[in-house]
Amino acid sequence: MIDVQAPLLTVDHLTMRFGGLTAVDDVSFQAGATDITAVIGPNGAGKTTMFNCLTGFYKPTEGQLALSRNGATHYLERMEGHLIAAKAGVARTFQNIRLFANMSVLENLLVAQHNKLMKASGYSIAGLFGLPSYRRAEREGIELAKYWLDKVRLTERADWEAGNLPYGAQRRLEIARAMCTNPRLLCLDEPAAGLNPRETGELNELILSIRSDHEVGVLLIEHDMSVVMKISDHVIVLDYGRKIADGAPEAVRNDPAVIRAYLGEEEDDALPPDVAADLARDAAQPRDPGA
Amino acid sequence: MAAVQRPSMDDVLPRVGREAALAGLVTLALTATMVGLHTVPGAQSRLTLEFRFGDVLMAVVLVFFGRMALAFTREGFPAYGLGIGVLIVAGSLLYPGLPTVVEIMGVGAGAIVGINAVWRLARPMRPDRPPPKTSAQLMDDVAAWVQRQSVVIGVVGVAFAIALPFLFPDRSSIDLATLVMTYIMLGWGLNIVVGLAGLLDLGYVAFYAVGAYSYGLLAQYFDFSFWLCLPLAGLLAAFAGLILGFPVLRLRGDYFAIVTLGFGEIIRVVLQNWSSFTGGPDGIASIPRPSFFGIAEFTSAPEADGLPSFHTLFGLEFTPLHRLIFLYYLILILALVVNAVSLRIRRLPLGRSWEALREDDVACQSLGINRRNIKLAAFTISAMFGGFAGSFFATRQGFISPESFTFIESAIVLAIVVLGGMGSQTGVVLAAILIIGMPELFRELEEYRMLIFGAAMVIIMVWRPRGLLAHRVPTVTLHGGRRKGGPSPGQRPEQVPAE
Repeated sequence: MIDVQAPLLTVDHLTMRFGGLTAVDDVSFQAGATDITAVIGPNGAGKTTMFNCLTGFYKPTEGQLALSRNGATHYLERMEGHLIAAKAGVARTFQNIRLFANMSVLENLLVAQHNKLMKASGYSIAGLFGLPSYRRAEREGIELAKYWLDKVRLTERADWEAGNLPYGAQRRLEIARAMCTNPRLLCLDEPAAGLNPRETGELNELILSIRSDHEVGVLLIEHDMSVVMKISDHVIVLDYGRKIADGAPEAVRNDPAVIRAYLGEEEDDALPPDVAADLARDAAQPRDPGA
Repeated sequence: MAAVQRPSMDDVLPRVGREAALAGLVTLALTATMVGLHTVPGAQSRLTLEFRFGDVLMAVVLVFFGRMALAFTREGFPAYGLGIGVLIVAGSLLYPGLPTVVEIMGVGAGAIVGINAVWRLARPMRPDRPPPKTSAQLMDDVAAWVQRQSVVIGVVGVAFAIALPFLFPDRSSIDLATLVMTYIMLGWGLNIVVGLAGLLDLGYVAFYAVGAYSYGLLAQYFDFSFWLCLPLAGLLAAFAGLILGFPVLRLRGDYFAIVTLGFGEIIRVVLQNWSSFTGGPDGIASIPRPSFFGIAEFTSAPEADGLPSFHTLFGLEFTPLHRLIFLYYLILILALVVNAVSLRIRRLPLGRSWEALREDDVACQSLGINRRNIKLAAFTISAMFGGFAGSFFATRQGFISPESFTFIESAIVLAIVVLGGMGSQTGVVLAAILIIGMPELFRELEEYRMLIFGAAMVIIMVWRPRGLLAHRVPTVTLHGGRRKGGPSPGQRPEQVPAE
């Protein structure tokens, strides 16, 4: 396990059981303050379950999830679901996109700023009378939304219904929406799923720029190795709910346990030739200089 | 231009014949016992059966030919469809001894299939022409147009509503207008919970009842005036909404609907059985009528209770209409206040979060929105408006009893919201006029009006399941609302996420 300096997130002995099924089994790791930490593993390895524990959709059976923000430490496993996003600053996207499909793109980004705007609207009282303080706050909210629209190249389509956007644009909008909550930790659940290679490349740049321009740590579940290997600083591998590897991308790629988890218990020379070639090519490729 | 491939009559005839015969058979099965057998009280108070197979035959013949006309039109022979339609109309009118109801139904059915055929004759299908817009798409356009013109429609509508007592200065018109306006207000109130927040509330009548009984009881026990009770009734109903909301709002979807239904009934049953306090099934009688803002009373005597009467104050001739017109304007103002507040809230963070909750409540939580609080806010605000409407109801009727707050009231208000188009303020007005106004206007048709009402509901739910005027405009826009070629909701491209 990598010991991260000044970790943003410390997961300690996280276990999640559903009846007799142990979906996440005693997983511990740390994520660095502005690192991109990738969580990979075969289907059913417990990645999304772990995300749901982190973001308050499940209460973990055991374990501690500590997130430090502005010098304070938040214990996520004890917080109410919505407070994890509001107070601790954990934002997430979903594996199957969950936008507000019948609302406009801009509205999606304004809903993400709900808590801030709600306070500014005096819990709707000042807003009902249209007081200037609220109008100013709303203008600021729209400015922030505009910034993120620009960043994900959706300014032109700001007034579209979100559900009418093409798939790739919906993925980008979901990331923009998560960023509008002003998070400290951004959890992306398979952001590259369903994207074509060009869109995947753009996604990589977007994630890297989010990390470099904003003080945000990124936690990433991904199957697409061109994303994982190019942009992540730190890779954690889960298999059957257990952590089987934890380290830098190169180290993890060559880890025999990881290869076994992905390709089964076969002799090395029995690897299908195309897979072996793929692995070799990936290994030879230089890492993205921005990462 | 390529000639249009026209199916030959030989192909079509058996198909059409089969379809028409099948429809006739279904009609026979449905009507044979229900229409064909009629029990009448006979001698010695015994029931005897009366056979009405003539009526069954007429129904079967009507359905057979009507279906045949529709099928011909669909298969590309609209001329035949038109011919049969004309025959049906002529037959219904000319055949001697038909009951009036059958005659009306025959003429109506014949006219519908005839119009359908004429429509097709006027716009023949050609491969080189874009397919004609379906009626649902046309209605989408209408809904979008109504939303765009909502300011104009609103101003014209309000102007008409204000002028109404002077256009139709008779008791029954004003009573009907007041009734419709009450339901518009209830519809707008419920629209917050159902239309915006997407919570299916089947017990809205509970808050209506709380408002009505608040005024009734406060007036009875403490002699409070209407103007003092109106805000109190709203507050008490809001409080009831808050208390009921806490346990209910953990639930979702159907469970939520069922529990709200239960709470609606609990309130009614309590009112019915707590006789010592609420008067039980006898209700509360002689609830005081409202004064003219505490300045004047609507009495025929020049003075009452130390207040001058309305007509002497304004130097008018006394007529009982004054109070009715005043009540009408009162509910109009209350309804407009509800409308203004809902429209305003919709553009605030609270309203936006309601709509977001309706769209996806899991995503709401992930954005740090406290779902419980905003649901409670929706429930409470909507309950408050229900309470205002309830106290108005009490003062208008002068008498309330638990009878007035049965489930059917909740169902009617919900039908208004759903039929109008969830979240559409104009839709609620249209639906309230249709649902409350039409049955009142067509009272002569007696029980047939409920039949027609039910049929109309079914047709609309099939034809426009999202409601008549369902069309959402964004609460805030960056480019002035121009959609820049965004596809309309009906044509949303298929989203197939690749795994």
